Amino acid sequence: MLRDITIGQYYPADSVLHRLDPRVKLIGTIVYIISLFVFHTWGYILGTVFLVSIILLSRVPFTFMVRGLKAIVILLIITMALNMLLTPGTYLFQWKFFHISKEGVVIAVRMAIRLIYLIIGCSVMTLTTTPNKLTDGLEALGQPLKAVHVPVHEIAMMMSIALRFIPILLEETDKIMKAQTARGADFESGGIVQKVKAMVPLLVPLFVSAFRRAGDLAMAMEARCYHGGEGRTQMKPLRYERRDLIAYGILAGYLAATIVLRVVFNW
Amino acid sequence: MSIIHAEKLGYDYVQYDEDEGKEPEVVHAVRDVDLKVERGQFIAILGHNGSGKSTLAKHINALLVPTEGTIYIDHMNTRDDDSLWKIRQEAGMVFQNPDNQIVASVVEEDVGFGPENLGVPTDEIWRRVDDSLAKTGMIAYRKHSPNKLSGGQKQRVAIAGVMAMKPKCIVLDEPTAMLDPNGRKEVIKAVRDLNKAEHVTVILITHYMEEVTAADRIFVMDAGELVMEGTPVEIFSQVEKLRKLRLDVPQVTELAYELKQSGAELPDGILTTDELGHHLCEEKNPIADPKKLEESLQEDIAAESEVREKPQQKNQTAGDGEPEKVQPEKLDIEGGKPEIQAQEDKHTESGGLESLRLEHVSYVYSTGTAYEITALKDVSLEIPKGQFVGIIGHTGSGKSTLVQHFNGLIRPTSGHVYFQGRDIWEEGYPLRELRFHVGLVFQYPEYQLFETDVIKDVCFGPKNQGLSEEDQMKRAREALRQVGIPEGLYEKSPFELSGGQKRRVAIAGVLAMNPDILVLDEPTAGLDPRGREEILSELDQLQKERGITVILVSHSMEDVAQHVDRIIAMNKGEVAFDGTPRQVFSHYKELETMGLAAPQMTYIMHALREHGLDVDVNASTLEEARRTVLQALKEKTA
Repeated sequence: MLRDITIGQYYPADSVLHRLDPRVKLIGTIVYIISLFVFHTWGYILGTVFLVSIILLSRVPFTFMVRGLKAIVILLIITMALNMLLTPGTYLFQWKFFHISKEGVVIAVRMAIRLIYLIIGCSVMTLTTTPNKLTDGLEALGQPLKAVHVPVHEIAMMMSIALRFIPILLEETDKIMKAQTARGADFESGGIVQKVKAMVPLLVPLFVSAFRRAGDLAMAMEARCYHGGEGRTQMKPLRYERRDLIAYGILAGYLAATIVLRVVFNW
Repeated sequence: MSIIHAEKLGYDYVQYDEDEGKEPEVVHAVRDVDLKVERGQFIAILGHNGSGKSTLAKHINALLVPTEGTIYIDHMNTRDDDSLWKIRQEAGMVFQNPDNQIVASVVEEDVGFGPENLGVPTDEIWRRVDDSLAKTGMIAYRKHSPNKLSGGQKQRVAIAGVMAMKPKCIVLDEPTAMLDPNGRKEVIKAVRDLNKAEHVTVILITHYMEEVTAADRIFVMDAGELVMEGTPVEIFSQVEKLRKLRLDVPQVTELAYELKQSGAELPDGILTTDELGHHLCEEKNPIADPKKLEESLQEDIAAESEVREKPQQKNQTAGDGEPEKVQPEKLDIEGGKPEIQAQEDKHTESGGLESLRLEHVSYVYSTGTAYEITALKDVSLEIPKGQFVGIIGHTGSGKSTLVQHFNGLIRPTSGHVYFQGRDIWEEGYPLRELRFHVGLVFQYPEYQLFETDVIKDVCFGPKNQGLSEEDQMKRAREALRQVGIPEGLYEKSPFELSGGQKRRVAIAGVLAMNPDILVLDEPTAGLDPRGREEILSELDQLQKERGITVILVSHSMEDVAQHVDRIIAMNKGEVAFDGTPRQVFSHYKELETMGLAAPQMTYIMHALREHGLDVDVNASTLEEARRTVLQALKEKTA
C-alpha cells in the first residue's frame, strides 16, 4: 500500500550534472528561478535553451521530469483559466459574459511557462542529487546562518536521519495497519469522525515505535561518540572541482544575460 | 592487565508507579558485580531477560554511570567526564535492533560516522572505512542503502561502524536476537574473526547457547547479580542450575546430560558432538548403570505410545537410512485432528473438516513496474481442521506473504483461497468476518498494542466483532488466562509490561476473537529461551484445549520439530516440502541448499552414526534422540 510512495526521487546516472557539487546545483536552481521571474517576453527563449541543455546534460529520461508536473496540472489549468477570463483589455473572444482578453492570454501563457519551467528545473536538481548530498549542500550554504544562532548542523543531521527513517516508518505503518485489520479494524468505511477514531489503533503504536526508535538511535549515536557538530570532521567534505568553477562561470554569464535582456531590450 | 575491571558495581533506578499513594520503588538493576576481563578475551554474558545484563553492558560504554562501586575501562574511571569520549572510542557497542543503530543512508557513510565524530582526518576516515568493511565482509555493499540489506548484513555494518573507531573492546548486546539462523551465523563468524585476527576483546550478550561454547569465559547474571563465572565446560556442567536460572544449555550438552541421567557413562559439560561421539563409542563400557538405562528406555517407549498417537509414528522405520521420498504435492496426513470440536461452529455449511485451501495461488509484488517480485508461485495446499502446522523457509522465501493470504489481507494475483469451502474473493464474501475466523498474529505483535490498559487492548478484536461489553470481557479474560497473564496485570498499561508479557497480551488480543485458525508469524522472535518455550507450550495447549488449527511460522527448526504435526517448507515462493517433521527433515541436505537446516538433534544423530553408533538419524527432538541413543547403546553392549 504505502510503500509505493517514493520520496527523494533520485535518478541514478553518471552525468556531469550528477557529479556537480550540490552547492552549485542549489545556487544554480535559485539563479534559474530568479531568471524565470525576470524574463518578460522573448527572454524565455534563453530560459528554454538553458533548461533544454541542462536536461540533455543530466541524462535523465524526459518522462521523469514531466512526472513532477502531474501534481500541478489542475493548479495550472485553474490559474490559466482565471487569468484569461478575468484580465480586462482588448477582447479577442466574447460569449455572453465570458470574454478572453489579449492581455489575459499573455499573462496566462507567461504564468504557465514560469510554473512548468520552475517545476522541471527543481526536478532536475532533485533527480540528479542524492538526498544526502542535498543535505550536505544545504548545511554548507547555511553556515552563515550560524552567526544568528541557527543550529545548521543539527538541522542537517535531523534531515538526513529523517530521510533514512522515512522508508522504515512507512513500512511499519503498513505493517501495523495490516495487524489491526487482522483484528477487525476498519480504516475505510464510516464518516469523518469514525475514520479519525479508527486511526487511534494505528497512530498510537506508530508514535510509540517512532519514540522507541528515536531513543535507540540516540543511544547508538552517543555510543559512537556523537556530540554535535563541534570538532567533527567529514568523510565526504564538499570540495569544489574545476567543473564546479566552470559551472559557476556559466551561471554568472546566464544571470548577466538575463539582466541585460530585460533591462536593455525589455524582453 | 585487565581491560575491564568492575568493583562492587551497582546500578539502581527509581521506578514511579502511576497509581497514587504508592511509594516510588528502587530497582537494583545491577548490584555488587565484581568482574575482570583480560585483553583479547572472548567473553559471553548470559542471563534471562531482565537479569541486568544490558544494564551492565551499558556501563562498559559509559552510557550509564554506576550508582555504586566503580568500573574501569582500560584504567579509566567511567565517572571521569574527561575520559568519556576516550572510553566510548575504546569500548564500542553494537545493539540489538539493526535498524535503530544505523545513522546514514549509505553503508560506507554509516561506517564513517564514528571516525567523523572523533575528528579523524578525511583521508584516514576513508582508510578506516575500507579496512572495517573488508574485515566484516561488507565491502561489496559499501554503496548500498542499509534498508536493502538483510538483518545479518545490517549488524555487520554496525560492527564495521564500531571497528572504524579502532576500539580495544567491543560489546555486543544481543546482536543476533532479531536475526534468522543464517544472519546469526554471519554475525557470530564476523565477531569471532575480529577477536582472533585483530585481538579485539569481545563481550557478547546472547540467549543462544550455541554461540558461546567457544568463548574463553562465561558470566551468568540473575536478578542483577553475577551468579556464575567460568569456562564454557564449567558453566555447562551445571545443567540443573542453569535451568533454574531460566537458561538453556547447548543441545549436545542437554542430550549428554539426559543420557547420563539415564545411566550412560559420560562426563559433565560435553560441548561438541565429537566429544559425545567419542565418549559413547570409544569408551569400552559406555553404560554405567544398565538397570537404570533399561528403566528409562521402557519409560520412554511407554510414554511415546501413550502420548503420541500421531501420524509420524506410522511410517517410522527406526534406523532406516533411506528416507521415504517426500514430494511437495500431497502427503498423506490424516489424523492429527483432536477429538474436541471447536465450541461453536459458525460456518457449518461446508460441514467438511477442511478449513483452509489454497489453489494455485501466485502473488506478484508491484506488478508492471521494474521492481516486480514474484513472492508466491503456484502454491496449492490444504489445511485440515485442528492441525498444528509449521511453515519454515528462510527470509524472503514467501512465508509471510503466504500467511497473509490466509485471512485475505493480500489478494492473490492468480489462484483461489477457500475457507470452509467458500472462495474468499468471490463477490460479497464477508472478508472482515473471515478475519475473526482466521486470527493472524504478526511478527513482534507487541508493537501494535495501543490501549490504556491490557484488558481493553485485548477487547479490541471482540469489540470489532460487535459483541456486547459483557461478552467482550469474558472473551478477553479467557484469552488472557490461556496465555498465562495474571489478573493483577489486567488494569496495567500494556507498555509497562515486560517484553514476553507484551507478546502474550498481543497474542491474547487475537485469541479473544475466538478464531478457528490461529496463525502466528515468528511468535518467539527475540525472547529468551524460557519465554520461547512458554509461548510454544501455551500454543500446544491451546490447540488441544480449543481444538483450533494452529499455523506457526518459524525460523527455529528445533521449535518446529518439537511442536508441530506437519511442516510446510517454502523456498523461493514455492512449497518445497510438505509432510511430517520426520519426513521433511530427512531431506536436510536439500533444506540446506534453501538456506534452511534440520534441527540440531538430527545433525548430532548423523555425527553419532558416523562414529559408529546405530542410531535413528531422523530423530529430531530431545526425547526421540535420547530413546534412540539408549536403544543403540543397549544393542551395542548386548
